[in-house]
Amino acid sequence: MKRSSASLAIGLAFTALILAAAGLSLVWTPYDAELILVEQRLMPPSAAHWFGTDQMGRDVLSMILGGARNSIAVALVAAGIGLGAGVPLGLFAAAQGGIVDEIVMRSNDLIFAFPALLLAILITAIAGPGAINAIVAIGIFNIPVFARLARGGALALWPRDFVRAARVAGKGRLRISLEHILPNIASVLIVQGTIQFSLGVLAEAGLSYVGLGAQPPAPSWGRMLAESQTYFALAPWLALAPGLAIVTTVLGLNMLGDGLRDLLDPRIRRERAI
Amino acid sequence: MTLLAIDRLSLAIGGKLILRSVSLTVAPGEILGLVGESGSGKSMTLNAIMRLGPPGTRTEGAIRFEGADLLAGPERAMESVRGRKIGMVFQEPMTALNPVQTIGRQVAECFRLHLGFGAREALAEAAERLRRAGLPPEIVPLDRYPHQLSGGQRQRVVVAIAAALGPKLILADEPTTALDATARGGIIDLLAGLARREGAGLVFVTHDLASIAGIADRIAFMKDGEVVEEGSAPSIFRSLRHPYAQSLLAASALPPIAPDEAAGGTEPIVEAVDVSVVYGGGVRAVDGVSLTLMSGESLAIVGESGSGKSTLARSVLGLEPLAAGTVRIAGTDIHRASGGALRAARAAIQAVFQDPYGSLNPRHRIERIVAEPLHLLGRIASAERRARIARALADVGLPPDGARRYPHEFSGGQRQRIAIARALISEPKVIVLDEAVSALDVTTRAQIVALLRELSRRRGLAYLFITHDLDAARAVANRVVVMRRGRVVEEGRTAAVLAQPHDPYTKELIAAAPDLETVLAAREAEARTR
Amino acid sequence: MVRFLAGRALALVITLLAATLVVFLVLNVVPGDPAAYMMGLGGDPAALAELRRELGLDLPVWQRYFAWAGGLAMGDFGVSYTYRVPVGDLILERMRVTLPLTLMAMALSTALAIPLALFAAGRRGRAADAAVSGLAQVGLAIPNFWLAILLVFVFSTTLKLFSAGGFPGWEAGVWPALKALVLPAVALALPQAAVLTRVARGALIETMGEDYIRTARAKGLSERRALRDHALRNAMIPVLTILGLQFTFLLAGGIIIENVFYLPGLGRLVFQAIAQRDLVVVQGVVIVLVFAAVLVTLAVDAAYALADPRVGKGRR
Repeated sequence: MKRSSASLAIGLAFTALILAAAGLSLVWTPYDAELILVEQRLMPPSAAHWFGTDQMGRDVLSMILGGARNSIAVALVAAGIGLGAGVPLGLFAAAQGGIVDEIVMRSNDLIFAFPALLLAILITAIAGPGAINAIVAIGIFNIPVFARLARGGALALWPRDFVRAARVAGKGRLRISLEHILPNIASVLIVQGTIQFSLGVLAEAGLSYVGLGAQPPAPSWGRMLAESQTYFALAPWLALAPGLAIVTTVLGLNMLGDGLRDLLDPRIRRERAI
Repeated sequence: MTLLAIDRLSLAIGGKLILRSVSLTVAPGEILGLVGESGSGKSMTLNAIMRLGPPGTRTEGAIRFEGADLLAGPERAMESVRGRKIGMVFQEPMTALNPVQTIGRQVAECFRLHLGFGAREALAEAAERLRRAGLPPEIVPLDRYPHQLSGGQRQRVVVAIAAALGPKLILADEPTTALDATARGGIIDLLAGLARREGAGLVFVTHDLASIAGIADRIAFMKDGEVVEEGSAPSIFRSLRHPYAQSLLAASALPPIAPDEAAGGTEPIVEAVDVSVVYGGGVRAVDGVSLTLMSGESLAIVGESGSGKSTLARSVLGLEPLAAGTVRIAGTDIHRASGGALRAARAAIQAVFQDPYGSLNPRHRIERIVAEPLHLLGRIASAERRARIARALADVGLPPDGARRYPHEFSGGQRQRIAIARALISEPKVIVLDEAVSALDVTTRAQIVALLRELSRRRGLAYLFITHDLDAARAVANRVVVMRRGRVVEEGRTAAVLAQPHDPYTKELIAAAPDLETVLAAREAEARTR
Repeated sequence: MVRFLAGRALALVITLLAATLVVFLVLNVVPGDPAAYMMGLGGDPAALAELRRELGLDLPVWQRYFAWAGGLAMGDFGVSYTYRVPVGDLILERMRVTLPLTLMAMALSTALAIPLALFAAGRRGRAADAAVSGLAQVGLAIPNFWLAILLVFVFSTTLKLFSAGGFPGWEAGVWPALKALVLPAVALALPQAAVLTRVARGALIETMGEDYIRTARAKGLSERRALRDHALRNAMIPVLTILGLQFTFLLAGGIIIENVFYLPGLGRLVFQAIAQRDLVVVQGVVIVLVFAAVLVTLAVDAAYALADPRVGKGRR
């Protein structure tokens, strides 16, 4: 009990920090994150540049703040795609059963059979790199995760007596799905939402690391890491700052998910895709 | 000489007091019945003896076993007592065995663990123990997995494990509660035999007086973590002093329904004709069953698990697709009707299910739960709606302010009242009661049965009462249908069928579930002839 | 059990067929004219026409699909447009790096995670458990390519124990080749070990709450022994699922790590092929990876059936 509330508190704090950073970057950053000042390149952390400057003299703190916005936006929208498409599919499959269920689940298996990262790379490669395509690529893989979770939860609820009672009361399957099933699986979905959110942050970082995420000059954590590699011996802060930013975000979201799960329902079993 | 002496045992879990100064003794070869309702602390007493309480358990007092205090020794010493000197049998045979190990291996483990036997030797001993528990290896091979056995057979495996090393004491925690009636007697005989023939002390925990009255030497009644009355059986049943023990005794025999009560009118409400339900794999769960329920009549459908009685109930409610046959509710075919006709039929037939904890959506307020069937009646003004909710709650004896609360704020019995209120609100002609009193404590069961009878009298309501509990059937229903393997094997007036059954299966069912009075009379007669 | 596995295999064959269709559509129909896509901007019209003929683009779509799928069934993956060698040979060659890397990472992650999970589950709620859980929580949050950068900095740039990248080839001897794979395998394995530890710990703790564990304790088994003899095998079922997913994830997840370490593996092959717009190679690698995923799923199902006698026998 105590540990889960600690998890919730830390998770909330980290998540709030990253969200605040992303929000702040919309209106203010210490320097223009895209401003190149070659004479100020590779400066170590100082009072003027808390996290130092990169090989082109850009302020790393400003880039981290801007990168937060990009990371959060991509992962959040991708998780939203998964929830928005996956949950109705899962509920529908569970409510209809039979051939409909079979088709929905087999399509899910099909998506799962593709190596996620590879297909994301493929999609961005064919459709062109960029934040929007990264969202689509990550979002597609969130759909079966939520569809499975919603279907599994719904299937466990359909034989329950309160659902039977609703059927005896003459309610249709669609209405029961909305009135009885959805509220009872909402907490599991919220928890999984935070997990897919955090996985999305990792995936976005991976895509932009290989140059397929947000395109320059927009700052992104993954690309900062890629660019830092050459200068690691010279300027280790360049690799540390974005790496720690990613870890903080993912850690915060995961701990938030853990805390929420214990808070909302101690009996929830969690499905975690990698 | 006493084998086990529990001396002023108090137990708290996370600061909450569960047992208050419990004192009990058991002699070798003696059978102690520990009786009480859920939450009385009887199972926790057994866990305390084994020192297998949940984490955060604190105890005070002493549990002396063969003179030594079990609570005082180190965990390692306790491990050599468990399974060797004290064996334990649990309630749920479906989950008490490891699903991925063979039954032979699970029994053999006792010999390997405590006596250091090799695999082959231990397996030979296991075979012998299983044979003595009524599972000879010629019939039930040692390499069977638990899922390949029936509930009664699994419970025999659990008994074989508990008795493997000839323990001095056997603790049995509701060992028959989860079993079908016809499997219960065998397990009770098996446990009693361990005490009578092998001289083990036996503590038999149960909520069901009839199951223990036939074998117990002494009975202790528990309530709220205390032993409130204790004495020798069977004489104690004739001289109970504590009001709780008296109420338990009174509630365990329900008053049978009068012959003219709920006898039924002239208008058929439910007509099921040649109904068959087939599950995947071709299992005929219900196989050509026909029955008719008249207005105001109360009909019980009895049978064991797998008899198809619940499937039949669901098909009558229109929830289960039929492979063949028709079901008409007040003249409307509920499986084929649509639109207004279907809504009218649905409003005429409502249901109450078994589990009071699972039949109410935990996220809805009571008013929303109770009002759910109202949408069958078309648009209703909100004042009228509130009035109807209040009336339904009043009908089942709940205060009107309950409407704004959530299910978890109510006890099991109150929840079942809420479920009944929901079934009443559309003013149906018939209510299907699917094991509606089976999950309740005996005193609650008696109250709900009384409420059901009153509602039927006042409103001329018909019931289709699905139950495995013959006593409840006798108390609620005027007519009874006995089902086995999807078919009807006998039907008639409840009093007549239960007094003079014709079908061998019905006879077996009745013999397997004697009421308390029958058991006591038999025991007293036996005592007199001795 | 045989019937159960045969049923699963059939479902997977259907998945595989559907996958070839999807891959074919995505790579041959979505780009419009694959030849134009592969040539890029400013392609010479004569060369474009030549490529079209080579790819068989003059045939109708469905004929091209059957020709390609038929070829696949015979083990013919086509000829790479950039390397001018059969794609099948190319994939086999690169597999010699990727497969050992994946297996090393899997072995490492499992060897780390299972003992840690047993350790933590046996001490649940105590400081040791909290430490393992906290470690796993952090491990989960570390991107493997960042870990790779840090590992290179510590073990090759600073300590000079390993080279920063490259692969000497198996011809240079088993030891130098394996040594080149150590850092990449560690970078891949640690985050996966974190996932596995969490899943295994959770499964073990849940299993320890089951009734049959209480039966085992009542028999006189100590908590640790009940964990080992009764909980472990039952808890393996969710762990197997994760292991299966991890294998396919690692096989493809090498893409980024192989790029960090300049390893000539499958991931680097497909990444370069995407950059060079060599759709024939991309198509081949994707199908191989999907095939591997399907095979692993089948293997996991078989392992289920071995671990749990109830699987595939009609009852759940």
